[in-house]
Amino acid sequence: MAFAGRRDAPDGRTSACSSGWPETSSSTCWSRLPGKKDLFIEADLMSPLDRIANVSILKQHEVDKLYKVENKPIVSTSDQLCFLVRPRITNMKYVADIVNADKATGRSRKYKIIFSPQKFYTCELVLEEEGIYGDVTCDEWAFYLLPLDDDLLSMELPEFFRDYFLEGDQRWISTVARALQLLNSLFGPFTHTYGIGRCAKMVYEVWRELVEESEGDSQARRPEISHVFLMDRDVDYVTALCSQVVYEGLVDDTFRIKCGSVDFGPDVTSSDRSFKVLLNAQDKVFSEIRNEHFSNVFGFLSQKARNLQTQYDRRRGMDIKQMKNFVSQELKGLKQEHRLLSLHIGACESIMKKKTKQDFQELLKTEHSLLEGFDIRESTSYIEEHIDRQVSPSESLRLMCLLSVTENGLIPKDYRSLKTQYLQSYGPEHLLTFHNLKRIGLLTEQAPGETLTAVESKVSKLVTDRAAGKLTDAFNSLARKSNFRGLSKKLGLIPRVDGEYNLKVPRDMAYVFSGAYVPLSCKIIEQVLERKGWLGLEEVVRLLNGNEFAPTEPVTEENPAWEVQRVILAVFLGGCTFSEISALRFLGKEKGYKFIFLTTAIASSARLMDAMLEAKV
Amino acid sequence: MACYTANWDPLGEEAFYRKFELYSMAWNLKEDLRDCLVAAAPYGGPIALLKNNLRKEKSPGSRPLLEIYSASGVPLASVLWKSGQVVQLGWTASEDLLCIQEDGTVLIYNLFCEFKRHFSMGNEVLQNHVREAKVFHTEYGTGVAILTGAHRFSLTTNIDNLKLRRMPEVPGLQKLPSCWAVLSQDRVTIILLAVGQDLYLLDNTSCSVVTPPGISPHAGAYVQMAVSFNYCHLALFTDTGSIWMGTSSLKEKLGEFSCDFRAPPRQMVWCTRPRSKQRAVVVAWDRRLLVAGNSKECIQFVLDEDSYLVPELDGVRIFSRTTHEFLHEIPEASEEIFKIASMAPGALLLEAQREYEKESQKADEYLREIKDQNLLSEAARQCIEAAGYEHEPETQKSLLRAASFGKCFLDKFSPESFVRTCRDLRVLNAIRDYQIGIPLTFAQYKQLTIEVLLDRLVLRRLYPLAIKICEYLRLSEFQGVSRILAHWACYKVQQKDKSDEEVAHAVNQKLGDTPGISYSEIAARAYDCGRTELAIKLLEYEPRSGEQVPLLLKMKKSQLALNKAIESGDTDLVYTVVLHLKNELNRGTFFMTLQKQPVALSLYRQFCKHQELETLKDLYNQDDDHQELGNFHVHSSYSSEKRIEGRVAALQNAVDEYYKAKNEFAAKATEDQIKLLRMQRRLQDDLDKPYVDYSLHDTVYGLILDGNHKRAEQLYREFRIPDKRFWWLKIGALAEREDWEEMEKFSKSKKSPIGYLPFVEICMKHHNRHEAKKYAARVTPEQRVKAHILVGELDQAADAAIEHKNENEMNLVLSKCTAATDSSVGEKINRAKAQILKK
Repeated sequence: MAFAGRRDAPDGRTSACSSGWPETSSSTCWSRLPGKKDLFIEADLMSPLDRIANVSILKQHEVDKLYKVENKPIVSTSDQLCFLVRPRITNMKYVADIVNADKATGRSRKYKIIFSPQKFYTCELVLEEEGIYGDVTCDEWAFYLLPLDDDLLSMELPEFFRDYFLEGDQRWISTVARALQLLNSLFGPFTHTYGIGRCAKMVYEVWRELVEESEGDSQARRPEISHVFLMDRDVDYVTALCSQVVYEGLVDDTFRIKCGSVDFGPDVTSSDRSFKVLLNAQDKVFSEIRNEHFSNVFGFLSQKARNLQTQYDRRRGMDIKQMKNFVSQELKGLKQEHRLLSLHIGACESIMKKKTKQDFQELLKTEHSLLEGFDIRESTSYIEEHIDRQVSPSESLRLMCLLSVTENGLIPKDYRSLKTQYLQSYGPEHLLTFHNLKRIGLLTEQAPGETLTAVESKVSKLVTDRAAGKLTDAFNSLARKSNFRGLSKKLGLIPRVDGEYNLKVPRDMAYVFSGAYVPLSCKIIEQVLERKGWLGLEEVVRLLNGNEFAPTEPVTEENPAWEVQRVILAVFLGGCTFSEISALRFLGKEKGYKFIFLTTAIASSARLMDAMLEAKV
Repeated sequence: MACYTANWDPLGEEAFYRKFELYSMAWNLKEDLRDCLVAAAPYGGPIALLKNNLRKEKSPGSRPLLEIYSASGVPLASVLWKSGQVVQLGWTASEDLLCIQEDGTVLIYNLFCEFKRHFSMGNEVLQNHVREAKVFHTEYGTGVAILTGAHRFSLTTNIDNLKLRRMPEVPGLQKLPSCWAVLSQDRVTIILLAVGQDLYLLDNTSCSVVTPPGISPHAGAYVQMAVSFNYCHLALFTDTGSIWMGTSSLKEKLGEFSCDFRAPPRQMVWCTRPRSKQRAVVVAWDRRLLVAGNSKECIQFVLDEDSYLVPELDGVRIFSRTTHEFLHEIPEASEEIFKIASMAPGALLLEAQREYEKESQKADEYLREIKDQNLLSEAARQCIEAAGYEHEPETQKSLLRAASFGKCFLDKFSPESFVRTCRDLRVLNAIRDYQIGIPLTFAQYKQLTIEVLLDRLVLRRLYPLAIKICEYLRLSEFQGVSRILAHWACYKVQQKDKSDEEVAHAVNQKLGDTPGISYSEIAARAYDCGRTELAIKLLEYEPRSGEQVPLLLKMKKSQLALNKAIESGDTDLVYTVVLHLKNELNRGTFFMTLQKQPVALSLYRQFCKHQELETLKDLYNQDDDHQELGNFHVHSSYSSEKRIEGRVAALQNAVDEYYKAKNEFAAKATEDQIKLLRMQRRLQDDLDKPYVDYSLHDTVYGLILDGNHKRAEQLYREFRIPDKRFWWLKIGALAEREDWEEMEKFSKSKKSPIGYLPFVEICMKHHNRHEAKKYAARVTPEQRVKAHILVGELDQAADAAIEHKNENEMNLVLSKCTAATDSSVGEKINRAKAQILKK
């Protein structure tokens, strides 16, 4: 297997994942095209590449200039062009255009396409159809996992969501399975595998096959990760659609965290340039506030500032020796902390400014009433006003979806009028956006029986065939019912509030949504882990449209020493939000688990909506 | 044991030779060997005989018979020869039989006389015929050299990668050379030939005359030559009975021997071994065998029957109608131990062990003697090595026993060589059994390697033995048992007498889930034999869909391939099948096939979206999927069409499709869009400003911003824009225009559907407190506090709050108060709050 050489990755927590291996494989890619070359990178791959190979490494491999892959004629003068792209048809056409243009002008260069994470057959086919198959060489950059943090691994495949859930394209399933197998071989064996969702099931099956194929070379050992929970994003859209109020989520919603780092603009840095800040557990300030409700953050930061000041103040009254010590040992740390602190304070201010301007409180109130199912009329007109005033295209869409998902579809009158309003505000091409949202089940109409489109009804006629049967499931899941109310009641997702919810000392995972709602996805994980399976959750499973699985063999009583700290790998197919991560981190602390997250990409409501948008190019 | 050296014959001072029987031949040959064409493969390989080959003796109607036997004479197969006149037989390195015909065609048969393929040695041969041919082995593989009737040589060094080389002409060659041989030197293949007293060397480009160094000028004409197994040595026999021995490079003479027989020998071969003390040639006449080396003496044997010599790496095999013998130089270790009155440590150890078994104290004496010289480990080593050279299990055992006995008195003697020799001997004894008939010596076995030996067993279809050996030697399953089982299965599927079910079942029964087994390879073999149904059955056992699909496609089972690909969940695989189908089927059938496989259909659609838009439309049309067709047209209205007319036309198509899809909402929305586009076009023409491509909202906003209130009103009515939106939009645009007058007029045109707070907000946003105050007064009582706060009239806000007796509002005002400027307001509120509390 491709990873065999990486067995030497140091053992230990997943922090071990962050060292070494993706780097080596990428550099071998470059070195396979010796000589000076210009590198064209797909925008999506820029941040991941940046995380693992900085400019100097690229320069070492004789990369001369870096360009972004975009729909523009290129200006490179190099004799060797290298393209680092996702295996997509559009990218192949991009390369083909360049090559054919060169051919037309009689220019000869070397071209190399590096596919990440793997090459697909269609790409080769398109290259062939475009008549340039012989002119380019291909390679793969088997980049599966980017460790964003001690406990967070991302596959950086944001397109997974649209590809799988909207287009029904299963191309990434085996990619995820391979990533899982990589982790299994490094930190497994995974003995307890739970999951829910159609995609989760498929990944699980493909992964099992990989395990069987490689069986024999894995020796029995003490697993560092023994529990795995796989979940499809479409099991819980609600959580992903809510506004985030935990600090890290809020930063993501406001500034968009890319590959674990964020660009703080001039309004945050209060200078004329922006700063790129790596957000992870290494950041002492951030690690303390990332999981906190936003209302606590400011207080925390000012306390921190005061502490810092006292530490600085200790200088006074020091003798020379103490001072020397202070300067050599503490000052650097303090300065660093100081810098981070001022950045986060700046970020908070900026968030406050933005959030108060749009009347954030009112937005939250509307969301909460949607979650609780109160005052639907009022919320609907709030959304309508939101659209009419052109507040934000993706925000409006998000609210419409939240309304639809919590209410199991919009009533026909609202469905039509909201859509009309939206089209008037943002243009007719969103007719296609609405079609996408309907297919994926995010924005539907409450009219049972009428929802099946022509294709779907045709499919259901063909259930006789085994494979077609599988597919019917697929299409059913595309237009699935959310059953949110039922689930909410069954699982107690809306905490009963006696007085004020104390956000400073949270008592359950609901704190990530100001105490108004326990994230559904996290609640499912909590329940299944607690019950060691789906027993007793039959009704919930039914409401979630099935496709659950759990270890088939009765779990043998394991060595109690292994149970000391149970490490659970939570796999989110289609993305997970920072709020969910915070909630599970909280759950872990309460129950003595340690969660490690593997996600196809970091999700947020805005990203979800963007993925559905049909916009003019 | 006294007679152990009975069959040893000394040659010169140093070396002994012995000849012993390997097998008595199981074949019942009626013919004399001399009447047959004979070929025996080296490394104890099979023997091929072609009987009745000589045309003149052949009675009409009786055809030649090709027979193949194991080295022990057990018949493996036979076949009636129906092709042309055969000149020469020979074996390839992979034990295939080459039959070189007069017309230059070379037919290749396997061990079981099954025809594999043929090739030709060139057209030129057709007229001139092949007169003589030789099969030779080099590092390139198996080669064939021929001599034609035109006295020209041609050769190929590798029959699997056929490149014919025609050698240059030998000047003045009028008759066939008396003898010739193929030499391989420094990776170049050359031919050495003798014509009378002259020797010629033929390489790729030239022909040169050579003279062996040190040959007597009266030696006479060359009649026979022999090249050693490793191409290092050359021997020449002349008609004066002189044998010249030297290096094949003709640079050095090793020895010379003169014998009494002048008749040309039937065969002459080298008999050496690695690290030989003596290099000797074996010369055979009809009834006489002579071993000659660099010594005056020679060894002679009488031959009772026609015999055939097979040179080996470490000796010569000699077989006749009745026996199969091996002649070799005694290896050093054996010589040391068994030589009469030897005092070598190995000999002593063997003796010590024998005495020990007799419970005699002499054992100790012998042992001491070895130990005193500190040679015990040497003794054990000798015994172990010598055991390897023995064919008799009893002798092997006694030597190993001695080694084991000696080992007991040694602290540090690695057991590895002992264990390995035991294992290897066990394997060798098993394959030397006459049923198997592969008389490999230890040295040959080491040279051949176990992997090749296993291959040869597999070739002989001795699967159980091969598996037993793998298990015994604990070879990894992947290269051992699994590989052999796979071969077995590939053979099994060729058995035509069994039904598909039986075969498939038998294969699965035996193979199960053995790791490393590829059912698809076996299935491919079944398909090659024309058993498609069996192939499909076997593929069912293949766990990896990726392996099933390509073969299914090859077998034209596209439907099944598609199903398997979809089941695998591997998109790449599905694409492979779909695009294969696209080329294989006509369009109609292709679409029909996709209809039944929605996963494939959706993938193909995705492909078409990027590559073949028109096909996409056809697909939707075929499905009567009007919704998607509508979407398709909408998409093209803004992505591919640039002109307004084109866009309108595309949208009109969309409208039609939406109606067909009964999606009235989309149809209406699209109709509106057409209307809007047309209007925007007109606006653009009239006002000379870009309006196309803006949403309705933005269009109206833009119009108001430019002061075109009339046209804005017109759009508002035309598109039935809701009042609320229109008001929001209009005050926003007016404020941006800072047209406060118009705003005031508008605010008074009728009662605001959005209230007046938005007016306050928008004025404040544009920093016009004066205007804002106007509207603050008109705000509904509930929003009044908010409005006053917005315009900064905290005093009034406080009044309003107090009037409402609303604590929340009071707190809100209070939070806006700063101690310095608004202390009076603060006090007022605090008083009011206190009053409320009192009540």
